[in-house]
Amino acid sequence: MKLFSETGLPATYVALPFADWRTRSDWPAVALANTDPVEELAAHVDRLRLVVLHFPKFSDGRAYSQARLLRGRMGYRGELRATGGVLQDQVAFMLRCGFDSFESDQKGFGEALARARTVFSVVYQPAEDGRAPVSLLRHERRNAALT
Amino acid sequence: MPDTYFYRYDDYDRTLVGERVEQFRDQVRRRLAGELTEEQFKPLRLHNGLYLQLHAYMLRIAIPYGTLSSRQLRKLADISRKYDRGYGHFTTRQNLQLNWIRLEDAPDALAALAEVDMHALQTSGNCIRNVTADHFAGAAADEIEDPRIWAEIVRQWSTLHPEFTYLPRKFKIAITGSPNDRAAVRVHDIGLRLWRNDEGEVGFEVIVGGGLGRTPMIGKTLRAFLPRNELLAYLEATLRVYNRYGRRDNLYKARIKILVHEVGVERMRADVEAEYAETRDGLLGLSSETIEAIAQQFAPPDLPSRPTVVGAVEALKLEDRDFALWLKSNVAPHRAAGYAIVTASLKPAGAPPGDASAVQMEGVADIADTYSQSELRVSHEQNLTLPHVAIEDLPAVYAALGRLGFAEANVGKITDIIACPGLDYCALANARSIPVAQRLSSHFANLARQHDIGDLKIKISGCINACGHHHVGHIGILGVDKNGVELYQISLGGDVDFGRTALGTIIGPAVTADKVVEAVDAVVATYLDVRNDGERFVDTYRRIGAQPFKERLYETV
Repeated sequence: MKLFSETGLPATYVALPFADWRTRSDWPAVALANTDPVEELAAHVDRLRLVVLHFPKFSDGRAYSQARLLRGRMGYRGELRATGGVLQDQVAFMLRCGFDSFESDQKGFGEALARARTVFSVVYQPAEDGRAPVSLLRHERRNAALT
Repeated sequence: MPDTYFYRYDDYDRTLVGERVEQFRDQVRRRLAGELTEEQFKPLRLHNGLYLQLHAYMLRIAIPYGTLSSRQLRKLADISRKYDRGYGHFTTRQNLQLNWIRLEDAPDALAALAEVDMHALQTSGNCIRNVTADHFAGAAADEIEDPRIWAEIVRQWSTLHPEFTYLPRKFKIAITGSPNDRAAVRVHDIGLRLWRNDEGEVGFEVIVGGGLGRTPMIGKTLRAFLPRNELLAYLEATLRVYNRYGRRDNLYKARIKILVHEVGVERMRADVEAEYAETRDGLLGLSSETIEAIAQQFAPPDLPSRPTVVGAVEALKLEDRDFALWLKSNVAPHRAAGYAIVTASLKPAGAPPGDASAVQMEGVADIADTYSQSELRVSHEQNLTLPHVAIEDLPAVYAALGRLGFAEANVGKITDIIACPGLDYCALANARSIPVAQRLSSHFANLARQHDIGDLKIKISGCINACGHHHVGHIGILGVDKNGVELYQISLGGDVDFGRTALGTIIGPAVTADKVVEAVDAVVATYLDVRNDGERFVDTYRRIGAQPFKERLYETV
């Protein structure tokens, strides 16, 4: 399985399964099942360096919500890794939800990842990638037209 | 003067749709080259509207909130000719389906759609589907606010939503802006009903967990009154709860209605409100300026005053009985004096419900250009609507629709049948639907008789997935397969009207295909015998119950 990272070197910590990590939550890396309560990481996000979220199948989208909660609500800034069903046609969505590293053995995944932020040059929703949604761009355009 | 009276794409919308076409072109190329497995490709094509049926791929084109221009309809005709067999099928979700698309052609067909600011995005797959709305929106006399403003806002928010593209199951949202619900909001995953509270503010009643399919349920009120500007934040909270906790272990238990049913609406409400408390102050709040910018695009056409009583119309009414009936059933009040809303019936006697040929589409587009501000609507009852017709022009519109075969005076009547594609097209179906609808509509073709029978909705599904909405038909017909024989279950008393929404009750053993007409005939005859003056079929059924219908039916078949 190859590891791809958007942010230079991926973290090398061993990520503990959530149940084990709970017993020693000072450890900086944790791996969650998509049914694990991500909220429990809230008090620890400053210390965590790696959170691994799992897609048991590429079509099971629960980890997208976990990722957004970690990034958007809890302010987690460390590495956020996707494992399991990680394919190039979903990677743009993963990036938008805040993932920045990926385990995938799909041929061409690296090239697709490099292009994934530009496949769509506009987005309709605010998410966790800091991109301005169309509604904001329109707002700015209207203001510019007024001045 | 604007060229349309509904949302117009700007360069952002066009860019996104164009980029989506190119992305899909590449995905199709990779599929054809064997780089993608069918399992990997399937959600990608579904999210682009490409569904695999019994004989071929089907392309399901979104007609957001059912509104389209004559130019767009002409393009649909064009596409059906170039990439299909010269006809299309309008669906109960305000989509158009082309039944014979080749995979290799699909990207070009989508590119052609994009030329007229249309797409097939999210018309299939486990994502937020094309948002539907009242097909009389912006014209209806009873409207509080145009629901399409909100449907467009939801369309944009839900398009390529990164968090909600791999939901447990499909997710359908419908919006109505009138007290007379024409969008069936109680039988959607989320139904939104605009209403005005005692303080005079307009907001949404948010209804969750309705749906038909194999486990039909009436939606429950999640929030009685939601301020309009909070809509997206509230939807996002609801979808997040569903995405996290909706069941994924069983395809048939994965819709939000099952989650709501299993945890109870109180718990669902508590979870959504808790999530919402965290989301509400975020970037999803809608500024009044953003709302206004979209609302402006739906500003109604400036309709010059026209006479409300027209001598020629009154004269033709006396002279032509069918025209008089057509005025009663296919013409609805418009909010502007001197105008009316005309429904073109896509249910001529003996024809497959909801089908239109390319020639017919072009013909209706011409009529819209001449008589209806170049605008059309697709109704969830699978008809086309001309929203802004002057009363003076009704005779001419009637004649023009008649030349296309779309002037049948049967809207809301027994032959205005909703039917799914059934076993003629669909890989899921157990039985055929279209031939049953055709036989019924031929049998009841007499217009005077139909009008005597009055409002009676027949809805036919070819399997328990209920695409033909049989659960909410006054008479519902469900095709089942028993040891290789197609049988039809009859249910009575379903209703989709707001405040009266009800699921029908199966009346007894299923009947064979050749007995369906007789069975319906027996039900109708019972009604005609016992109805009170002016009482609709479904009200008679409620008053007297199933027994009299049942007795007569099983004596007959």
